[in-house]
Amino acid sequence: MSLRADTPPTTADIRRFTGTQRWVHRTTAALMGVCVVTAACLYIPQLAELVGRRALVVTLHQWAGLALPVPVLAGLASRAFRADLGRLNRFGPHDRTWLRAALHRDKRHISRPAAKFNAGQKLYAAWIAGATLVMLATGLMMWFTHLTPLVWRTSATFVHDWLALTIGIVLAGHIGMALADPEARRGMRTGSVSREWAEREHTLWRP
Amino acid sequence: MNEHLNRGVNEDVHDGVNDGHPEQRGTPVGRRVFLGTLGLGALGVVAAPDLQRGLEAFLGGAADNDPTGLTGLLPNGGGFRYYSVASSVPRKNANTYRLEIDGLVDHPTTYTLADLKALPQTRLVRDVQCVTGWRVPDTPFEGVRLSRLLDAAGVRPTARAVRFTCFDGTYTESLTLDQARRADVLVALRMQDKDLGHSHGGPVRLYVAPMYFYKSAKWLSGITVTDEVRPGYWEERGYDVDAWVGRSNGRDDEPTS
Repeated sequence: MSLRADTPPTTADIRRFTGTQRWVHRTTAALMGVCVVTAACLYIPQLAELVGRRALVVTLHQWAGLALPVPVLAGLASRAFRADLGRLNRFGPHDRTWLRAALHRDKRHISRPAAKFNAGQKLYAAWIAGATLVMLATGLMMWFTHLTPLVWRTSATFVHDWLALTIGIVLAGHIGMALADPEARRGMRTGSVSREWAEREHTLWRP
Repeated sequence: MNEHLNRGVNEDVHDGVNDGHPEQRGTPVGRRVFLGTLGLGALGVVAAPDLQRGLEAFLGGAADNDPTGLTGLLPNGGGFRYYSVASSVPRKNANTYRLEIDGLVDHPTTYTLADLKALPQTRLVRDVQCVTGWRVPDTPFEGVRLSRLLDAAGVRPTARAVRFTCFDGTYTESLTLDQARRADVLVALRMQDKDLGHSHGGPVRLYVAPMYFYKSAKWLSGITVTDEVRPGYWEERGYDVDAWVGRSNGRDDEPTS
């Protein structure tokens, strides 16, 4: 908050995401959405009863899951996207401060220093990337049953089921936080955010 | 690939104007979390048999004392799951339900629900095992032995198999004649000591105790005696035709019958 006294807010927008980055996010979100909705229709009895068509829903789920990593892999061709992956990967001392504040439910901006991405966003990105690949691997073991030994398939189902539940909860948190921050959503929708928002939420970011 | 990525980014740093800025340096925690998640996933697959046994025991016990039914939504939380391959399934009752027996038989017959109820009933209590993993212990099924209906219809000498059709309009199943004549194969009218409800395949379903539950076709409406086994709905899609529990579909579950 003290920042505002030093630097008077301007009305100018600043660039946060390129078109490629937004395309990667949108496509990944759509594929993940198909995975989650079809999974619910296969898994929750009331929805399964309502929708039926099990073979079709299974096919949709499998192909959406298989395609899920494709947008990110395609995004690697973009220099801006690769640079953001680097930013998501690297943790500095300020990230430790941010995480400690998050653990203590300290919501003051002064105790939540962040560069382009805050520590929570970094952790989420790394975890969801790993979790997606685990879902892909276990999903393939359930799909192509002849490729792996007998016991593996039951084990893969077990991991796939429980990780699906975990991803569902974490994803709900991700969407919930986006819903609570219209300016962050605008950044992902249009590529631009207000300078005032950036200086408040991402104090260390030098665009 | 990760290594390569980071090298790329570091090069950006050195020719960029942000050299030395906090967001460009620091520990690669993201990569560690990413690889850690992959490692945990692999560990989960390895440890799954033990974890699953423990959780099943715990959740199975919890499901018995759970009035909300929420534990049923957890993986392996116990209880039955509803699977339907059709978009919608018509409802049949005592007035509208019919079971037709035809094909290689001397006396094609149509049974009403009352006809089936009037025949001698057999009650079996066995575990139900689904090919997707869930198992419901000690589930009573009650109905008419399929062998009795086949004998009444008079199976011809050329017959080798039985095909089942369902009033959902889509699902089919099949058994060899020897399998169909087993004493633990029923045309079931009751489950868990209640009349079969619609969601469990009522008013009449097949019950093949020794096989995975996809063989126990719901909403049974037709029994056709044939000269060879014709693969059913899921069998066309890769499941085993001879679906003995523990000896098919690449699974090693404990046999149910």
